[in-house]
Amino acid sequence: MNRGNPATYVIALAVVALSVGPVVYGALNGFRSNEQLATDPAGLPDPWRLENYSAVFTNPDFWRYATNSMVVAALTTLIAVGAGVLAAYPLARYDFRLREPLFMVFVLGLLFPLATAIIPLSIFISRDLQLSNTWWGVALPQAAFALPVTVVILRPFLMALPRELEEAALIDGASRIGVFWRIAIPLSRPALVTVGVLAFVASWNSYLLPLLLLQGEMRTLPLGVADYSTQYSADTAGVLAFTTVATLPALILFLSLQGRIVNGLQGAVKG
Amino acid sequence: MSLPVHPIVVPPEDVDDPAPGERPAAPAPGRRPRPRRATSWRERLEIVVFVLPALALMALFIAWPVASAVRMSLYRWRGFGPMDDFVGLRNYERVLTDEVFTQAVVHNLVIVVLSIAIQLPLGVGIALLLNRSMRGRGLVRTLIFVPYVLAEVIAGVIWFQLLIPDTGVVDGLLSGAGVTPPDQGFLGTPGLALWAVFGVLTWKYLGLAILLFLAGLQSVPEEVHEAAQLDGASWWQIQWRIVVPLLGPTIRTWCFLSMIGSLQLFDMVWVLTGGGPANATTTMASYLISQGTQRSNYGIAGAASVVLFVIGVAMAALYQRFVLRRDTQVER
Repeated sequence: MNRGNPATYVIALAVVALSVGPVVYGALNGFRSNEQLATDPAGLPDPWRLENYSAVFTNPDFWRYATNSMVVAALTTLIAVGAGVLAAYPLARYDFRLREPLFMVFVLGLLFPLATAIIPLSIFISRDLQLSNTWWGVALPQAAFALPVTVVILRPFLMALPRELEEAALIDGASRIGVFWRIAIPLSRPALVTVGVLAFVASWNSYLLPLLLLQGEMRTLPLGVADYSTQYSADTAGVLAFTTVATLPALILFLSLQGRIVNGLQGAVKG
Repeated sequence: MSLPVHPIVVPPEDVDDPAPGERPAAPAPGRRPRPRRATSWRERLEIVVFVLPALALMALFIAWPVASAVRMSLYRWRGFGPMDDFVGLRNYERVLTDEVFTQAVVHNLVIVVLSIAIQLPLGVGIALLLNRSMRGRGLVRTLIFVPYVLAEVIAGVIWFQLLIPDTGVVDGLLSGAGVTPPDQGFLGTPGLALWAVFGVLTWKYLGLAILLFLAGLQSVPEEVHEAAQLDGASWWQIQWRIVVPLLGPTIRTWCFLSMIGSLQLFDMVWVLTGGGPANATTTMASYLISQGTQRSNYGIAGAASVVLFVIGVAMAALYQRFVLRRDTQVER
């Protein structure tokens, strides 16, 4: 077997540089002034200036957007994972006639893109539910759209858990709900983390629904970044600093749990 | 919308499987096939209680809006007052004869084809090269995944800055290399804008493709390499004749996901070009959203939604029928 073929390293380095380059560029240029940027677009910060970043962290709008993003993502995750594991459990454990058709409903749900429903959905949320410009107005539909994938990942996982524990508990007189809560939920924690992180990052990054439903102080970070970059388009360094800071939470969360998530997904791809 | 994180998991093979759980080969340790007994009343109640929240959410926020889009597509409606001006299929007629929309369909299809024609060989090639033993492999995998984790909007804002005409880095680097960048910038020149958008999409999604292919390569047994090497096959022959065919199922799944993602493209286009210049990068989703929000042509937006949905389902069904079918048959 090849061990340390130089060509492999060259390719790896090139791919890594291209992947991370623009992000690093944005982060570095956040440390420069716009004059430095104009005179030498590809140079390094010299001297390093912290003004752009400190401006982001002292900008009350930034904290407002970050709070909104955090709350919406947390609500979305809680609802999607909660409702998802509830639905996946009987689909994995009970034998009933409609089980497979019911599971098909969730599989088909994957085929409905948000874009198809977005216009009537935003009318429904703002006029019928009176939830426009609220956290719930974004979190509820996002959770609904996250549910199909949550159930599709969780069901096979729950099916693969050994039944014996649950059966023993049932014989000992535990209720089905008790078994679900005390045995199935703790055992499926790894899968719950995977679907939870997926739902959280999808919500943290989402743009379309917030774009149509949130304004002013209720905006989330992606919306804030996009608006900031058009409003202060002349302040390139400021925009890059703002953008860099906005990416950090999702990046840290995802990368720290990456091994777990990728393993979960690999299992799913192999079916 | 773009290739979302989640559908990596779609097991399309299962779609018309009557009862995957009851296959004798179902990989569920400790699970014996058992005769089904009549479901008791109590159990039925439990099932309903368990499944109800999920079904209610999906009915309210997915099924109902989609049904409303269909209804909306049959009326002329400006967003206020009762929806009572029934126009039959006239909105569809208008959408399908609107050059901006037909162009948008073409743009989506171009992205579908380009993704498969360019990202697939690139992704497979890089995955094959990275699959060899090397130091720091874990770190490399983590770093190439970074663009995928960024929000499409944020990636778009960064690339918008990089692609600013004259003062942007890309133009700077090109001039430095002696190439004259286009006057209006890559995003401002109608003939180049779609390519520029595709380039940024490739940057964002190639890492996911590489990672999936690397995952697929894990399941190619080491003995295969050794056996072929003993028979005198070169590295390239082994990859091309043996490893890539074994990667087939992963490649077909990736193509499916990429296709669905390309059809729903919105965020990136909206941030980079807004669909311009001169509608050169409009997609079906950006068309229907600008019709629905900026022009209040709700009937037109509804009709465009339905067309987008029908194209997506038709392509998914065809793909499932002609391509993914093979995996199901081979695996059984």
